[in-house]
Amino acid sequence: MPYSDKILEHYNNPRNVGSFTQSDLNVGTGLVGAPECGDVLKLQILVNPATGMIEDAKFKTFGCGSAIASSSLATEWLKGKSIEDALAIRNTQIVEELALPPVKVHCSVLAEDAIKAAIKNFQDKQQNTNAEKREPVAVG
Amino acid sequence: MLKLPIYMDNNSTTRTDPRVVDAMIPFFTEKFGNAASRNHPFGWEADEAVGEARKQIGNLIGSGPSEIIFTSGATEAINLALKGVAQMYKKKGNHIITQVTEHKATLDTCKRLEKDGFQVTYLPVDKFGQVSAEQIREALTDKTILVSIMAANNEIGSLQPIKAIGKLCKEKGILFHTDAVQAVGKIPINVDEMGIDLLSMSGHKMYGPKGIGALYVRKKDPRVRLDPQIDGGGHERGMRSGTLPVPLIVGLGEAADICYREMAEESKKTYRLREKLRKGIMSQLPESYINGHPDERLPGNANISFAYVEGEGLMMGIKDVAVSSGSACTSASLEPSYVLRALGVGDELAHSSIRFGIGRFNTEEEVDYVIDLVVREVNRLREMSPLYEMAQEGIDLKSIEWSGH
Repeated sequence: MPYSDKILEHYNNPRNVGSFTQSDLNVGTGLVGAPECGDVLKLQILVNPATGMIEDAKFKTFGCGSAIASSSLATEWLKGKSIEDALAIRNTQIVEELALPPVKVHCSVLAEDAIKAAIKNFQDKQQNTNAEKREPVAVG
Repeated sequence: MLKLPIYMDNNSTTRTDPRVVDAMIPFFTEKFGNAASRNHPFGWEADEAVGEARKQIGNLIGSGPSEIIFTSGATEAINLALKGVAQMYKKKGNHIITQVTEHKATLDTCKRLEKDGFQVTYLPVDKFGQVSAEQIREALTDKTILVSIMAANNEIGSLQPIKAIGKLCKEKGILFHTDAVQAVGKIPINVDEMGIDLLSMSGHKMYGPKGIGALYVRKKDPRVRLDPQIDGGGHERGMRSGTLPVPLIVGLGEAADICYREMAEESKKTYRLREKLRKGIMSQLPESYINGHPDERLPGNANISFAYVEGEGLMMGIKDVAVSSGSACTSASLEPSYVLRALGVGDELAHSSIRFGIGRFNTEEEVDYVIDLVVREVNRLREMSPLYEMAQEGIDLKSIEWSGH
């Protein structure tokens, strides 16, 4: 099947490939998909705790060109967004931007899932730390 | 001078040999007669050419010329063999034996026969994609009328022990059909020596034209009879009606003749290039695995899985090289290759497989180019792969609870 120029562009020059330290409190990691399904996306966000803004995003993807392009685009869009705005990103926007063919729509769904998973991971971490911080107070 | 893109998907189809095209052209232009026209020179000329093609094909597979039935391709030949035998011999029995890595032309025909009341045994294959004559012996019942086992697999190139299976079938008086689409013209096939009663072949897999195939139907010891699947003018001994496509038949004949004359030399060359490719790639890329039998395989076929890299993703990276993948993403279904699964290759590695099919027109220079490109792209994609990263960190990928989708 022929690919759009935008898919090829992201595939050949993927943005933000890499990893942040997963244990960093300001990092949220989303790992979605499964090797036996042929797609695994790892998407990470680095959030500034003071502003709540996503300062940086990185990805690694096992999958077809459309999956790689969807992840690459997602990281590009995440940078500089608030958590709230990031949660508003929809897979249909990715489909539109990359002109994904119908059989590749699941790649965009996976990218949206990865964004949500990364944000949830970040929020869970924050909550846990806040809970830990409060604990001594409560005991004292 | 290297010309891109490079075609290295010869298990899928082959380029029609220019010599074949040359042989065909007159039968589109001046020699356009109907081979069934008995009363004028146009018909005689066409009939003579068809007769010559039968001889050329017969030479290649060791059959008599009149045992060749022309069809539109191997799918039709396989349908005719299986359905034709099943319907003709149904009073004798209703059991058919085949195996799980057959081409869909066989598997789907068998499914249709099951709906019509036949029983089909689908034998499993070993990790190399092979069945044994012993497995077939064990599966035989007094109702078995037909065994259908392919000579060579289209995805992984594994060869089946055709001679041993043919011998067993002879001994038991059961008809033996082989889908020899990938094998004919690539490895020696002889219907008498191998005990083959029916054999399906395709023009475009052996440097002939698309739209033509043939079914060999044994005439003696035993005389195989078939219920025709297409009714009409009674062409091809009544087994396959329809005006013969003379240019295509001439093309198939010429293609068979070239294979007959050049196969010995050519298979040495494709084998050498295949081995160069396989070693060149696998020596530079750890955790790459060959699928299928290491030695008992088609000379030009290399099916390799690259761990941590998805097949279709890799194909985009090597887009100047035409290959195919067992990845789900290349097919309409979302399942990875059923052939690789049958071998016990995990789904993850099935998604990571690339089939290289080297053929007559590939060159050493092309192989060198492909080796470098594949190594570079696999390394690039591994650097981008979360699975590779986890493996490097010593995380057991099987220990992770994947979400799936």
